Amino acid sequence: MTAKSNKRPRAGLFVTCLVDLFRPSVGIASARLIEAAGCEVVVPRNQTCCGQPAYNSGDKKNAKAIAQQTVKAFKGCDYIVVPSGSCAGMLKTHYPRLMQGDPNAEKEAIEFSARVHELVSFLVDVRGLKQVSGHFEGTVTYHDSCSGLRELGVKSQPRELLTSVKGLSLKEMSDCEICCGFGGAFSVKFPDISNAMVEKKTANIAAAEPDVLLAGDLGCLMNMAGKLRRQGRAIACRHVAEVLAGELDEAPIAAPVENG
Amino acid sequence: MQPTSHDFKSNARTALADHQLQQALSGLPTGLVAQRAAARDRLPEFEALRDYGRDIRNHCLDHLDLYLERYEAQVTAAGGHVHWAETAEDACTAILKICESAGAKMVTKGKSMVSEEIGLNAHLQAAGLEVVETDLGEYILQIRDETPSHIIAPAIHLVQDQVENDFRRQHQQLPKDRRLEEPAELVDEARQILRQKFLSADVGITGANFLIAETGSSIIVTNEGNGDLTQSLPKLHIVIAAIDKVVPTLNDASALLRLLARSATGQEFTSYTTFSTGPRRADDPDGPEAYHVILLDNGRSELLGSEFREVLRCIRCGACMNHCPVYNAVGGHAYGWVYPGPIGAALNPALIGVKEAGALANASTFCGRCESVCPMRIPLPKLMRRWREIEFENGDTPLLTRWALRGWASVALWPSAYHRLSSLMVRALRLGAGKRGAFTWLPLASGWTAGRDLPAPQGRTFQQLWAERQKAATKKTDATETP
Repeated sequence: MTAKSNKRPRAGLFVTCLVDLFRPSVGIASARLIEAAGCEVVVPRNQTCCGQPAYNSGDKKNAKAIAQQTVKAFKGCDYIVVPSGSCAGMLKTHYPRLMQGDPNAEKEAIEFSARVHELVSFLVDVRGLKQVSGHFEGTVTYHDSCSGLRELGVKSQPRELLTSVKGLSLKEMSDCEICCGFGGAFSVKFPDISNAMVEKKTANIAAAEPDVLLAGDLGCLMNMAGKLRRQGRAIACRHVAEVLAGELDEAPIAAPVENG
Repeated sequence: MQPTSHDFKSNARTALADHQLQQALSGLPTGLVAQRAAARDRLPEFEALRDYGRDIRNHCLDHLDLYLERYEAQVTAAGGHVHWAETAEDACTAILKICESAGAKMVTKGKSMVSEEIGLNAHLQAAGLEVVETDLGEYILQIRDETPSHIIAPAIHLVQDQVENDFRRQHQQLPKDRRLEEPAELVDEARQILRQKFLSADVGITGANFLIAETGSSIIVTNEGNGDLTQSLPKLHIVIAAIDKVVPTLNDASALLRLLARSATGQEFTSYTTFSTGPRRADDPDGPEAYHVILLDNGRSELLGSEFREVLRCIRCGACMNHCPVYNAVGGHAYGWVYPGPIGAALNPALIGVKEAGALANASTFCGRCESVCPMRIPLPKLMRRWREIEFENGDTPLLTRWALRGWASVALWPSAYHRLSSLMVRALRLGAGKRGAFTWLPLASGWTAGRDLPAPQGRTFQQLWAERQKAATKKTDATETP
């Protein structure tokens, strides 16, 4: 760290396990956007997953251990920024609940949760970003992921920034607020139901006739991209951060890649 | 009713493959869901009314004993009788006893989910009574020998053709060439058949949407008027209701009714809202000679003192299931017991055990749409998650899931190993996918890939990319700082 960076707030990027593993370019795009919003980005090495697989399966003990690891890893950050509504919701609303009955840990988790933000709402609501410098020729449609929408109130912020992207036109699909059927372990435990749900979703996406489908959660995107590809529909899928940051060198999600 | 909730997965598979069911369910988004949204938009204070309703129900639950005793006293003062039933069996026994002592042969019934919960029809029929459901949906289900798949629209899983076939099969006495193509024609026919039953019934049994402590009244809301005939024509009226239905005053009930109709069907008010208070008085033009109320506990007083207490705020509007994407995909029968959808997932484990119904609490993406529309603001996802925790604590989570979680957690709690392993894994997957960008089949993910492709990773982890970016930045800084 250099001395001059001390003036800028420190934003810890909680990259999420799916971005870390499947689509690191979303993490790079997120870092660029956070920097553009005047923050210094740090990426603690001691982060792994937010703990939802355990938490949503009823395994509170492991979920709590992972939560404590995450809280500790981000000590010293002014903000914790997450390119996923689902994981941000976990850190922000569920970590305090997990620590109930353990006063010190609970206090820490509540203090931590106040610093946690989903990426796009952080840019708009906390950092006051009104526009981005990105350029994108094409029509996009935006899927509102459930936790971001209903736990964190992420709705207008991505649309605000997207409309500032030159060349981009936003076309809403019907039922953009209905779950895509991903639900983390749900898609593995109940693949048939999950598949029926994503089928309705891709029908709505296709009816909007976009060039690109955007969302703020990689899990949902992988689900929808996988279905669109299986159906042979030529709609590219990207995380909203990629378009906002103009980070478009990598092939869209589930699309064939140039250099194998 | 023998629950099949533990078989939810296979029930769901059957439901997904049932084209008629899928056709029937496809009407939900443009029907009840759109109607509720329109009703909400027409009432500016709707959100405030939800808060008000939640507070009323919380108050009722805080003082349930007080209001139940008050209610009982008022029913008695009006000349009615209250019977307390701790279990389903107690309730069935009490009802049968009342019917038998009146020498009853035929019973008409209004729609009542509690009567489904206690298996009332089977109990009365086993004792030789004829039981006739008078709600159109329930009547259709009775002749099909099915149970409701929705708490306010019991036959929502059927399409019109099926009902026409059922009526032609069941009503052989009617002319074969009659028209049954319009819903109105089906309603007329059912009305014609049911009218005779209303007139010859000895006992009318209804549920209750609310019980009012202040007056000792019970309220039912219907759109067909069948409930009115059920409770006013026979000599005997029996109300079966769970103890959580009691509210303090008429005013409270009116506030809740405004929420109920809007949340359920998008109506400002249901077509019929009927109050009954005791038997017929000397100067009443009609009404039953005797009035009985069965107050059912069936596990609710235990819930009251538990962390699941909030589920008792439910006013049975059905909005949670109408808006649930899982319910929309599989319908109500897949849930395998009386209460389907999110409310069933939160309530059924308490009533029939978490071993039987725990699967329902797992069948949710936690999308939160149910909670966002619940007029009583019941935190349904939170309650479902709590059932999953109890299932896990009891050791009822499937072994494979437990092992997978244990393995995954031990790595997730060891970041350096996690980063090494994940970089190896994504590299291998990237190589396996080649230039295709996705897998059409992958071992251990065959459930996923049966219906969709699995996107391949880019090949390196973010942590790797970030470490390189930092290294390059440091080099650059060093280069500029060194003269």
